[in-house]
Amino acid sequence: MTAHLPVLQVVLPLMAAPLCVVIRQLTLVRLFSLVVTGTAFLISATLLYQVNTAGPISYAIGNWPAPYGIEYRIDLLNAVLLFIISLIGFLVLIYSKNSIAREITQNRLYLFHSLYLLCMTGLLGMVITGDVFNLFVFLEITALSSYALIAMGGGRLGNPQALYAAFRYLILGTLGGTFYIIGVGLMYMMTGALNMADLARLLPSVFDTTTIQAALGFLVVGITLKMALFPLHMWQAAAYARAPSTVSSFLAATATKVAVYVQLRMIFTVFGQIPLFRDTPLDEILIVLALSSMIIGSLSAVYQKDMRRMLAFSSLAQIGYIVLGIGLNNATALSASIVHLFNHALMKSALFMALGAVFMSTHSVKRGAMRGLGRNMPITMAAFVVAGLSLIGVPLTSGFISKWLLVQGALESGMWPVALMILVSSLLSIIYIWKVVEAAYFKKPKRALPKARDPGPTMWVPMWILAAASIWFGVDAGTTVGIANKVAETLLGGVPQ
Amino acid sequence: MVNLPPPGVLLALVGLVLLFIRSPQLRKAIILISPLIVLATIWSIPDNTVSLGTHFLFWDLVPVRMDPLGRLFATIFSLMAFAGGLFALRQKRVSELSAAFVYAGGAIGVALAGDLITVFIFWELMAIASTVVIWSAVTPESYKASIRYLMLHLLGGVILMAGIIGHVVEHGDIAFQSMSPDSWSHILILVGFLINAGAPPFSSWLSDAYPEASYTGTVFLSAFTTKTAVYVLIRGFPGTEILIYLGLFMVFYGIVYALLENDMRRILVYSIINQVGFMVVGIGIGTEMALNGAAAHAFAHIIYKGLLLMSAGAVLYRTNERKCSNLGGLFQSMPLTTICGTIGALAISSFPFTSGFVSKSMIATAAAEQHLAFVWYLLAAASAGVFLHAGIKFPWFVFFQKDSGMRPKDPPWNMSAAMVLFAALCIGIGCYPDPLYALLPYATNYVPYTVPHVVNMLQLLLFAGLAFFLLLPWMKRTLTITLDLDWLYRRLFPRVWVVGSAAFIVYQQRVSAFTELMVYRTIMSLKRIHGGKGLLSRNVSTNSASIGALVLLCVWLVSFYK
Repeated sequence: MTAHLPVLQVVLPLMAAPLCVVIRQLTLVRLFSLVVTGTAFLISATLLYQVNTAGPISYAIGNWPAPYGIEYRIDLLNAVLLFIISLIGFLVLIYSKNSIAREITQNRLYLFHSLYLLCMTGLLGMVITGDVFNLFVFLEITALSSYALIAMGGGRLGNPQALYAAFRYLILGTLGGTFYIIGVGLMYMMTGALNMADLARLLPSVFDTTTIQAALGFLVVGITLKMALFPLHMWQAAAYARAPSTVSSFLAATATKVAVYVQLRMIFTVFGQIPLFRDTPLDEILIVLALSSMIIGSLSAVYQKDMRRMLAFSSLAQIGYIVLGIGLNNATALSASIVHLFNHALMKSALFMALGAVFMSTHSVKRGAMRGLGRNMPITMAAFVVAGLSLIGVPLTSGFISKWLLVQGALESGMWPVALMILVSSLLSIIYIWKVVEAAYFKKPKRALPKARDPGPTMWVPMWILAAASIWFGVDAGTTVGIANKVAETLLGGVPQ
Repeated sequence: MVNLPPPGVLLALVGLVLLFIRSPQLRKAIILISPLIVLATIWSIPDNTVSLGTHFLFWDLVPVRMDPLGRLFATIFSLMAFAGGLFALRQKRVSELSAAFVYAGGAIGVALAGDLITVFIFWELMAIASTVVIWSAVTPESYKASIRYLMLHLLGGVILMAGIIGHVVEHGDIAFQSMSPDSWSHILILVGFLINAGAPPFSSWLSDAYPEASYTGTVFLSAFTTKTAVYVLIRGFPGTEILIYLGLFMVFYGIVYALLENDMRRILVYSIINQVGFMVVGIGIGTEMALNGAAAHAFAHIIYKGLLLMSAGAVLYRTNERKCSNLGGLFQSMPLTTICGTIGALAISSFPFTSGFVSKSMIATAAAEQHLAFVWYLLAAASAGVFLHAGIKFPWFVFFQKDSGMRPKDPPWNMSAAMVLFAALCIGIGCYPDPLYALLPYATNYVPYTVPHVVNMLQLLLFAGLAFFLLLPWMKRTLTITLDLDWLYRRLFPRVWVVGSAAFIVYQQRVSAFTELMVYRTIMSLKRIHGGKGLLSRNVSTNSASIGALVLLCVWLVSFYK
C-alpha cells in the first residue's frame, strides 16, 4: 500500500472529482471531498516524511519502466510542494462551507467541489510527475478547472466582472501553457525524450543549438506568465479579486507556487547539467524581473482600495522575493526561496481567508468597508494582523526568517543594492498592511455595522491554524529551514559550476 | 536561577499577562512585584554568565550575557519599570501598562543580549510596544504622532537589520562586540542605533511623539528607547570620533529648542536629547573614564528624567494643562510635587550633591584628560544651558512665577511615592556615589567632590541662574524697550540669541518643508502610475498582455546572439 502512495496522491482526488457530480447531494459531497482532501493531506505528510528520512522515491506508473512509461519522482523539493498544496487544499475546503454558500449559486455548489478537487489534482500532478509532457497535461487540468472556479464568482452576487477576469486569465493562461508545450516540443525534437532525468542527461550535448536555446526561452516565458511575475502579472489581480473568496485563498497560496516549482525543476533538474546561470543571461533576467515585481507589486498594493486586489499585488511582490532567491544563485538565497514558498503560502491563504470572512459580513472588501471591524470581528481581524505581520517580516514571524535569509543571500552575492530593495519593499508592505489595520482598529465605521460578526468556527479555525503556523515557523524555524537547506544543496549540487 | 526565562522575556511576558487580568487588586500586585522579581533575577545571575538559548537559522542565540555594563542597564531599566508601574498604578488603560512592561522587558533584553540577532529582536519589540504606549493616550494627535514614530523606528529597524546581516556575512558570527564604522554593514548598524538615540537628523521624533503620550506614558517612554541606544553604542562603538560631534550637536539642539518651547513636557523631552548628547559625547571620547561617565550618566539620567516627567505628569493629571504660560504658582497647593520636581531639576543641572553632578562630571573630566579643550568648553557652556532650560525654566514656570489661580492638590499616594523614591535616589546617589561607581563597567577611583570642581560648578550654575532671571522678561516674551548701557546685555545678547536660534529653526523648517514637498510629489506621481486606473495596476487588455509575453520572449532570444 505505502509503495503506491505516490500514485494515490493524484488518483484519489482525480477519481473523487467525477464522483462528486454523481453524488450531487450537497452534504454528502462536502463530507466526501473533505475525506478525500484529508486523506490526500495524510498521504503527502507520509511522503514528506519518507523522502526526508529515506531519500527520493521513484514510482513507475503501470509498471512501465522510466524512459518508456511515466515516472513519478518525488524528492524533497516536490514532497514539500505536495505537502503545501494538500495542506492548504484541506484547510481551505474546511473553511469553504459558509463562504461558498453565500458567494456561489446554490445549484452549482456540488460542481464547485468537483472542480476544486480537479484543480487540486492538477496541482499535485504537476508537482509529482517526472515527465515534462505529463506535467503539461496536469497544467491544463489545473488551468481549466481554475478558470471555471474563478468564473463562479459571478454567481449569486451578480458579479459579471468575475467572468471577464476568468476570460482574461483563460487567454493568458492558455498562452502560458502553449509557450510551455512549444518549449517541450522543441526539446523533444532534439532529444526524443520527455522524462526529466533523461532530458537532463541528453540536453548538454545539444545545448549549443538554437533550438534548445529557444526552447528554454519559451519555457521560461511561459512559466513566468503562470507564476505572474512582472510584466506578465496582469491576469492575477482581477482573477483573485473577482473569484469566490475560497478560490482566491486556495489559488493564491498554491497555483503560483507550483509555477515557481516548475521553474525550479526546469532550471535545476531538466537543464541541471548545464550551468545556465554562468552561460546564459537567465540570472540577470530573473533578478531584474524579480526586483521590478517586488517594487511595483508593493507600490501598487499600497494604492489599492479593493483589499483582495491589494493582496494580489502583494503576491506579485512576494513571488518577486522567491524568484530573486533563485536568481541570486547561492545556497542561502535559494533556501530563502524555498522557505518562502512555504511561509508565503501559509500567510497569504490566511489573509485571503480573513478577507473572505469580512466579505461574508459586510459584502465588500473595500478598505473603507473595513472601518471599525477590529471591534466587531476581533477574531478575524486579529488573524489578519498576525498574518500581515508575517507578510511584513516582523521578528518572530515566519516572514522574518525568509526575509533574513534572502537579505543574507543577497549580501553573500555581494549585491548591496538588491538587499536594499528587499528592505524597501518590506517597508512598503508595512504601509499597505498598516492601512488595513488603521481602518479596522482606529477608524469609526461610517454607518453602524450591527451585522458584522466573526464567522463560525468552520471559518476561523482554519484561518487561525494558518496564522498560528506563521508564528510557529517564525519562532521554531529549524524544521523548515533545515529542509529548505537540504533542498537548496541538492538543487545546486547537481549543477556544474 | 534555574529554568526562569531570561529577565527581559520574563518582564515582557508579565506585560502580556496583565492584559488578561480582570481583578484590579491582583493586577496592581503583579505590577509592583514583577519588576522586583526581575531585578532579583538579574542580580542572581553571576558575572560572565553566558546562557545559550535557542537556535536561529544557523546560529546559537545568547539571550543572556551578564557583565557589569549589561547589569547596570538592566538594573536601572527594571527599577524604572517598578517606579513607573507605581506611578501609573491607577492608570485605567491597562493596554498602556501592559505595553510599558513589554517595552521595559525589551529594553532589559537588549541590555543583556549577547548577540546581534537577539538585540535586533528585542529592538523591534521595543519599537512596537512603545508605539502602543503612545496610542494609549487615545487622542487624535497621539495617534498621528505614533504613526510617524513607528514608521521612523521601523525604518531604523530595517537599516539595523541590513547592517547586522552584512556583519554576519562578513564576519560569520553574531556576537555583539565592539566594532568600528569601517565597513558598510557597521555603518548601517551605527545609523540604526543612532536613530534610536535621537541623533541628528533624526532628533525630532522624540519631541514629536513623547509629549503626546498620556501623563504616565511619557514617564516610561523617556527611559528606555534612547538609553538602550546609549547602551548599544557603549557596547558597540566606543571611541568612534564622529560621536563626539553628533553628541555636541544634540546637546545644543536640545537646549535651543527647549528654551523656545512652551509645553512643559516637550521642554523635558528636548532635554532628553540634550542629556543623551552628553552621553554620546562620552562614548565618542571612548576612554574608560568617559565610558564610565556615559554609563553612570545614563543611570542617573533615567532617574531624574523620570522624576521630572513624573512631576510634570502629576501637574498634567491634576490640571489638564500642558502650557507653561498657563501654569504657575502651583507650589502653594502641590508642595510635594514642587519639591520633587525641583530636586529633579537640580539633578539634571548637575548641582553638587545630586546624582547629575557625580555622573556628568566624569564625562567632562574625561574630555579634559584627553585634552579635548573645545569639547570641555562646549560641555561647560552646555551645562549652563541645561540649567537654564531644565533646571530653572521648568520648575519656575510651572511651580512658581505668576499665580495662575489654580489650586490643585498633590497627586494620589502612589504617584507621590514614586516621586519620593526617585527624589531620594537622586539625592542619595549624589551624596554617596560609591555604590553607583561600583556598578560601572570599569573600575574607578574617581572622586567627584574636589574643591575646584564643586566651586567651578556652583559658579557656572549661579551665573546661569543670574542670566535666567535677568533674561526673564524676554523669556516671557514681554520685552520692554529701554535703551541704556544695559542694552548690551538686555537687548543685544538676547537678540543675537534669538536671531541665531530663529535662523537655525527657519533653516530646519525650510529643509523639512522642502523634503515634505518632494515626498508629496513622489507619492502623487507614484499614485498616478500605481493607483486605481494607473498604468501598472489597471486591468490590461489581453492584447497588450500577450504582446508583453512576446516581447519578453524576444528579449530572451535576442540575448543569446552575443
